[in-house]
Amino acid sequence: MTKEHANWSPYDNNGGTCVAIAGADYCVIAADTRMSTGYSILTRDYSKICKLADKSYMASSGFQADVKALQKVLSSRHLIYQHQHNKQMSCPAMAQLLSNTLYYKRFFPYYAFNVLGGLDSEGKGCVFTYDAVGSYERVGYSAQGSGATLITPFLDNQLKSPSPLLLPAKDAVTPLSEAEAVDLVKTCFASATERDIYTGDSVEIIILNAKGVRSETEQLRKD
Amino acid sequence: MKLNFSGLESSAPLYGGSNELLCDGFSAAPSFDLPVTSDFDGFQKNSIQMVKPAKGTTTLAFIFKEGVMVAADSRASMGGYISSQSVKKIIEINPYMLGTMAGGAADCQFWHRNLGIKCRLHELANKRRISVTGASKLLANILYSYRGMGLSVGTMIAGWDEKGPGLYYVDSEGGRLKGTKFSVGSGSPYAYGVLDSGYKYDLTVDEAAELARRAIYHATFRDGASGGVASVYHVGPNGWTKLSGDDVGELHYSYYPVEPAVVEQEMTEAVAA
Repeated sequence: MTKEHANWSPYDNNGGTCVAIAGADYCVIAADTRMSTGYSILTRDYSKICKLADKSYMASSGFQADVKALQKVLSSRHLIYQHQHNKQMSCPAMAQLLSNTLYYKRFFPYYAFNVLGGLDSEGKGCVFTYDAVGSYERVGYSAQGSGATLITPFLDNQLKSPSPLLLPAKDAVTPLSEAEAVDLVKTCFASATERDIYTGDSVEIIILNAKGVRSETEQLRKD
Repeated sequence: MKLNFSGLESSAPLYGGSNELLCDGFSAAPSFDLPVTSDFDGFQKNSIQMVKPAKGTTTLAFIFKEGVMVAADSRASMGGYISSQSVKKIIEINPYMLGTMAGGAADCQFWHRNLGIKCRLHELANKRRISVTGASKLLANILYSYRGMGLSVGTMIAGWDEKGPGLYYVDSEGGRLKGTKFSVGSGSPYAYGVLDSGYKYDLTVDEAAELARRAIYHATFRDGASGGVASVYHVGPNGWTKLSGDDVGELHYSYYPVEPAVVEQEMTEAVAA
């Protein structure tokens, strides 16, 4: 008895890479702006980063239609939270909300690989990394998407933050300065663009610190 | 074949559903959207492939005179790629109960948190702490209702209640076993070897911790899917405490230090004539 296979899949992969690095008093969130399907490029300037709260930014690669739906769900939940609690959600709270939102679609997942970056209530940088169904952990840095396997070993070498599981505990945030971290991110994307066909065009970088938020764009190879 | 969806039913309406559920009572199990398709099993298989839960792991727990010792590694692998070396596989359900994680990371994280919520509600409703038997039964019943849907959970619930130390193994097939010694994951055969040869009921806390640490270390040494940091927790009459968290690479050199080789004859540069 041969099983009939569906000739249509509800999912597609639009490619792209996202990176986030947590510092002592800043956080850098970056994503390339190429959106592709198969071997075609759909657009060269698509933003994968979404502001969920004043101190929480989410960068997501994967299937951008699912990413857009996820961003909408989280933004509206944040609005309700603000109405009920009269304050913005903290980054760790948003991290838990994102995890639960992803798990609620456990049997029909959001094809989204997310990185959440922001500042915690003490002003320290925090980065949370997720899988497609909501398992998450707080880390010092993370990369997700098609170029993640190229970038992560490089960040391990440059940043290698001690595991938060070690006892006696060692701080996970990187000792790098903000300018050095931004430069490191640009280097990551330049390298990933060389060897990953789905990464390129330009990289959008968001830098969050106590003074506020600023944005930088760096051009990448367009081939 | 008619699938049994009774575990998924909820009285909440479809759209406002998830909002209400998170704000109201937690007595009903969360309801999940299901894809509308004629081939549910095939769709699930493909979704699971896409999600690829991390299965490689080593976790262990055993009861001894002074309570329960719980230990785990911290590696998460997706196929052959190590997706993380710092995953928390020992989940703190409440100050006197621990759960271990093996199988799908998201499944374990979500349902352990859900179990923690249920345990707290039990405390508020009954004015006393829930027993380890009760907590493990709550989890096992939920997992049984999702049996066949692709959840991957292999967990141990360890705690100290009025009856003393308690340890149960619960998995996503619906199994629930009471026992004194368990190891779960791809590295478990190696851990069992070390655990079985060194176990005695009368170990002290330090000896038991060292036994647990060694068992995890040896499993990470031989199993490619286990590694990272070996965490060891102790559950006593006053709750759990984390005893140690050591990088297994460093543990290797502390157990097997590199001796500098004895040099018998040393070659020296020939003096230029």
